[in-house]
Amino acid sequence: MAAFEPVLTRVVGMDDSHTLPVYEREGGYQALRQALKSDPASIVETVKESGLRGRGGAGFPCGMKWGFLPDPAQNPKPRYLVCNADESEPGTFKDRVILRDNPHLLLEGCAVSSFALGAHHCFIYIRGEYAAEARILERAIAEAKEAGHLGTNIHGSGFDLEIIVHRGGGAYICGEETALLESLEGKRGYPRIKPPFPAVVGLYGCPTVINNVETLACVPSIIERGAEWFAAIGPDRNTGPKLYCVSGHVERPGVYEGPMGMPFAELLEEHCGGVWKGRKLKAMVPGGSSTPVLTAEEAMGVNMDFDSLATAGSMFGSAATIVMDETVDMVQVAFNLIRFYHHESCGQCTPCREGCGWLEKIIGRFTEGRGRREDLDTILDICDNIAFKTVCPLGDAARMPIESYVKKYRHEFEARIPGAAVAVKGE
Amino acid sequence: MFSDEILKEVDAIVAKYPDPRSALMPILHLAQRELGWVSPEAQEWAAERLELTPAMVMGVTTFYTMYNTAPVGKHLLQLCRTLSCELRDSPSIRERIKERLGIGPGETTEDGRFTLVEVECLGACGTAPAMMVGEDYHENLTPERVDEILNSLS
Repeated sequence: MAAFEPVLTRVVGMDDSHTLPVYEREGGYQALRQALKSDPASIVETVKESGLRGRGGAGFPCGMKWGFLPDPAQNPKPRYLVCNADESEPGTFKDRVILRDNPHLLLEGCAVSSFALGAHHCFIYIRGEYAAEARILERAIAEAKEAGHLGTNIHGSGFDLEIIVHRGGGAYICGEETALLESLEGKRGYPRIKPPFPAVVGLYGCPTVINNVETLACVPSIIERGAEWFAAIGPDRNTGPKLYCVSGHVERPGVYEGPMGMPFAELLEEHCGGVWKGRKLKAMVPGGSSTPVLTAEEAMGVNMDFDSLATAGSMFGSAATIVMDETVDMVQVAFNLIRFYHHESCGQCTPCREGCGWLEKIIGRFTEGRGRREDLDTILDICDNIAFKTVCPLGDAARMPIESYVKKYRHEFEARIPGAAVAVKGE
Repeated sequence: MFSDEILKEVDAIVAKYPDPRSALMPILHLAQRELGWVSPEAQEWAAERLELTPAMVMGVTTFYTMYNTAPVGKHLLQLCRTLSCELRDSPSIRERIKERLGIGPGETTEDGRFTLVEVECLGACGTAPAMMVGEDYHENLTPERVDEILNSLS
C-alpha cells in the first residue's frame, strides 16, 4: 500500500492555515466547484460508494444516512444540514483541530453536502467552550462569502447557502443528535424519542441530516479524488483517513491522522512515543470514555477501526484513545467517569438519572475504602437496569464502561472492602 | 437594559434564524458577556424580546452549565476535572489555586476577583490539564504555569 498522505490535516502546521488564501493556494474549494456542476443525487451515490462512516461515534454509513431524507416531491418542507461540533465525549479533541486550523475544509464539506442534500441553511452547532474556534469559523465564513464560495448564487450555479455558527452552553448531552436539535431550537437539551428520525422530522420539524465535523471534512476529498480512492484507504468496511486523538499517559499526546485501522501498538509506539516515564501500559480506552476499557494485553493486539474494536468487545467511538500507565487506580477511574455521567445526565429518564447517581455514591464509597461485599453485584444490577431502558444512549454510555471496569479489575474493587483487603499495587 | 448597539447585535442574531426562538442561547451568551451573568432581569428581557415565557428562558439557563445564574468573580476559573486531565494531575492545579487564592471549587475570593469552579471535560484532553479563564483556554498546566496566569490577571 502507498504511504499514507494526510487529508484532513494536510495544511495544519502551515502558517495561517485557517485563512482562505492558504486554503485556496493548497487547492481548496475545487471540490465545491466540481460538485456544483454535477447532479446532487450523484454526489450522494459517490459518498455511499466511498464507504464513509460517521466519525462522531456511531460509525453509521454517511451516504445511507443522507439517503433517508424524503423525496422533495413527497415532502416539500425545507431541509437542513446540521454539523455536530459539540465534541464533548471525554478524551475527544480531534474536531477542534479542524475547527481551529482547517476551518475552510469543514465549510467546503458543509457546502458540498448541503448542495447534495438540497439544504439552503447549514448550522454548525459548536460546544460553547470553544469560543475561540467559533470566532475562527465566523471569520472563515465571512471570507468564504466574500469570495463567493457561500451565500447566494454560489459560483453562478443558482445554489444558495447560509452557514450559521451556533454555540452550545456546556452540556454533554447536546452531542446526541436530537438533544442537539432541541438545543438549536432554543430549548433544554432533552433527547427526543425516535422514531420519527431527524431525516424525516428534524430541526423545526423539517427533514434534517446531522453529521460530525470530521465526517463532513472527508467529503471534499471524496468528490475530488473519487469514491474508489477513499475506499482503498483502510480495511474493508472501515474506509478513509482518520483522526486519532490520544490523551493520558503517553509521551506525546495529540491528534494524529492515519489510515483507518491503524494498529494501536503503532499509534502508541510510533506516533505517541510510548507510555510516558518509561512505565508499563496498564489499560486503554479506545473510543472515548463511554467505550469499554481494554487491558494492556487486549489493547496491544487491536486495530483502531469500528469492526476490529467491536470484535474486541469495545467500540471505536470517536477514536478518543485514553492511555493509562501501571500506577493508575481503576476504582478512581470508574469514579471519575460515573461522576461525569451523573453530572451530564439530562434527567429525563429515571434509570439514567437515578442509576448514575447511585453508581456514583457506591463507587465513591470504594474510593474511600468503604466498599461492601454486596456492592459489586449491586453495581452490575444497576447497570443492567439502565441498559437499553432510556430515550438516548447516555445511559448506556455510562453503564458500559462501569461494567467493564468492575469485570476486568474486580480485584481492585475487592481490595477496597474492609476486612477483605488484599494489597493491590497496580497490575 | 442594553445599549442601542447591543440591541442591534441582538436583532442581527434573531434575523439569522428561520425561527426566532433559536436565538435564545446566543442572546443569553451575549447578555452574560455584557453583565457577567444572566440576571433575572436579563432573563425576563430575553423572554420578552423573543415572545417566550420567563419559565422557558429559566428552563434553558438552568440546564446549561455555562450560564451563570448568580454573579461570579471578575475572573471565572473553570478547571477540568474529567479523566484525561485527572490522569495528568489536575488535582495539583486545584491545590495550587487553593494555596494562591484560598478558594476551593464553587468559591469566590472575598475581594470578588476570582471564582473557581470544577467543570467536566473541556475537549482539551491532549493538552491536559486544562482550564478556562473567562473564554480563554490555558493548557498543559503546571503549578508554576498557574502562578504565571494568576499573576497576569488584574
